[in-house]
Amino acid sequence: MSTFQSWWEILTLHAHNTRVVVLTTALLGAGSGVIGSLLLLRKRSLMGDVLSHATLPGIVLAFALLSSAGLAAKNLLPLLAGAMLSGLAGVGVMVAIRRTTKLRDDVAMGIVLSVFFGIGVVILQMVRELPDSAGLGSFIYGKTASIITADFIGIGIVSLIVLGVVLLLGKELVLLCFDDGFAAAQGWPVAWLDVLLLALVTLMTVAGLQSVGLVLVIAFLIIPAAAARFWTSRVGRMMAIAAGIGALSGWAGASASAAMPDAPAGAVIVLASAAAFGISLIAGPRGVWRRQMELARLRDRVGRQHLLRSIFEILEQPASTPVNRPVALDDLLEKRSWTPRELRRLLKKARRHGSTEPTGNGGFVLLSEAGFGEAARITRNHRLWEIYLIRHADIAPSHVDRDADMVEHILGPEMVRQLERELEPSALLPPSPHAR
Amino acid sequence: MNWTFTDTWIVITGMLCALACALPGCFLVLRRMSMMGDAISHAVLPGLAIAFMVTGARESLPMFIGAALTGLCTALFTQWIHRFANVDQGAAMGVVFTTLFAIGLMLIVAAADHVDLDPGCVLYGAIESSAPVVPGEFPRAAAVLGGVFLLNLLVIAIFFKEFRLSAFDPGLAETLGFRPGLMHYLLMTLVAVTTVAAFESVGSIIVIAMLIVPAATAQLLTRRLVPMLFTACLAGALAALLGHLGAIMIPPWFGFRGTSTSGMMAAAAGWIFLLTWIFAPHEGLLSRFRGRRAGGRGRADAPAGIKRDPGSPGVSPH
Repeated sequence: MSTFQSWWEILTLHAHNTRVVVLTTALLGAGSGVIGSLLLLRKRSLMGDVLSHATLPGIVLAFALLSSAGLAAKNLLPLLAGAMLSGLAGVGVMVAIRRTTKLRDDVAMGIVLSVFFGIGVVILQMVRELPDSAGLGSFIYGKTASIITADFIGIGIVSLIVLGVVLLLGKELVLLCFDDGFAAAQGWPVAWLDVLLLALVTLMTVAGLQSVGLVLVIAFLIIPAAAARFWTSRVGRMMAIAAGIGALSGWAGASASAAMPDAPAGAVIVLASAAAFGISLIAGPRGVWRRQMELARLRDRVGRQHLLRSIFEILEQPASTPVNRPVALDDLLEKRSWTPRELRRLLKKARRHGSTEPTGNGGFVLLSEAGFGEAARITRNHRLWEIYLIRHADIAPSHVDRDADMVEHILGPEMVRQLERELEPSALLPPSPHAR
Repeated sequence: MNWTFTDTWIVITGMLCALACALPGCFLVLRRMSMMGDAISHAVLPGLAIAFMVTGARESLPMFIGAALTGLCTALFTQWIHRFANVDQGAAMGVVFTTLFAIGLMLIVAAADHVDLDPGCVLYGAIESSAPVVPGEFPRAAAVLGGVFLLNLLVIAIFFKEFRLSAFDPGLAETLGFRPGLMHYLLMTLVAVTTVAAFESVGSIIVIAMLIVPAATAQLLTRRLVPMLFTACLAGALAALLGHLGAIMIPPWFGFRGTSTSGMMAAAAGWIFLLTWIFAPHEGLLSRFRGRRAGGRGRADAPAGIKRDPGSPGVSPH
């Protein structure tokens, strides 16, 4: 009972400390979800990873400068300004490497990430000797449990800025993400838009870094956006869903870690968002389950249509007007590169679909009335497409069978009518152009 | 400067680490999978933690097995999410490695009672403590890194043809029956094993510097694979030497006592890259600038008048 009560108190944000922590994390998740969506669409998801590492030299350098100037080095604002500057420097170096060398995007990212972080570590280890430097480590692992109201306000302001810019320049940023070539041709300053996007990412990273740590910032920039992608294919909706998933996993994760004080909070929150990703991956409308179902359905249809056409072509063999009669399975096996097992599976499915009738003899297959009609229609579509390819695409008659094989299953009635108009409206069932 | 045998061992360990990393690093760079090094170096954490929990000690062999398995899992999961769920490869990588890293952190905290694995040590490494205190002792880190270097050398030498072809033309490799997929996972396993070996001595983040930066430097200097491998090894070893020299010499300038050698190695690798970037004979900024002034004659692959599209995002095609 008491555990239930403590859970309930955490989930309903009873205690002030928990409330601040949970709300801050949720807000960070929401903001990162929005900006992460744009990054994902720009195919730059790992940019958050790079930028969050690249901020380290700025943070420690700012600390060292403040400390040597005799100022209170724990002042957050200059540290964050330093982080912002070195993040932007990282972006600059990356852009410069990409522009002036043959090295690829991923190499530029790897170089900036590792070298900047290395420099950061060098300076960090030097300034370790200075007094007052104990808190610097929290920039790497975060100090989620000790988030205070100031952090909440900071992250709130950053989230508002991000949201404002995205609302204001949404159209341009979306255009940049989907078709930067077109954006450039339209006269948009693509390079500046890119820098703006990355500046927003840096801002978000810096805001999140010291309250939740490096790994969580990276996870928040990538996972909610990737999860949201499974639910919709519209940008606005995707951003909203990503913000929702980010907020939800921040809330759930921070609550869970408040209930489990031993576990590292950042890791718990990452796992919460990973769970959201897993659910979306499987259950989302664009997720794996639906895709596999659709693929299986398509495979079944293609298999059945191939079977029906093969049977029909065998029926055509002796006479020009095919009459429905039982067809030997051995003849069918010769028709295509089916193994006997594949053929048996196809026949079973066709039987279930009502395209064939039982013959009483295991070695033969007989089309049903509906199956015969469908077979004739499929064969006709196939031939029409073959003739079209020969006449208009200049493909050799011996090669069209394969091409037609692939496209015939997706010929809609509209397309078939157009083919009929352009080809031979008189012939009900044109003979195969590559008949043996 | 006070150079002792400890410093010599630190440099040797660093060089062995650089050599071990440079070989698979070149193939990572060529296959446009540089960030995979980053992902794997984070993602091996749960493998290490599980190995620790099972054996209860920091034994090398279980650690390597655990790490190789998790490295392989990272590559497999990333590929699976990318292929079957149609997620961008970078994002798939990010999802997998952050999740695995989080699991690793949880496991380490859960096992904290009987395992001393400092997360800070994971990130920065402690090459200084890997060197022997007594002369004549052969340090474990150097032995492990040397072994991994030989392993990498052996595997790459045996499958050189396959690696080369699947790095440059996976389609052709597939057609010729070279199994580029298998080569991919073999490479990922090598990266994972190398990462773990380098873990103790240079830390997980700086492994990426040793994997990527020397290889990128070499790519600016040569267009041929074997010279590229040699150049990368050379650049890495140089970075290790300069890194340790810098770690000894630079902090006193600012009135500090010392700093992290492994961090300085990453910084040194960065400096070597920067110098190459500016001065490289064909690809360097200076020769490019001169080539452009002279009407583009300086570059073989960019005829006069054809410049790279400035707005192009440079997204690597998958």
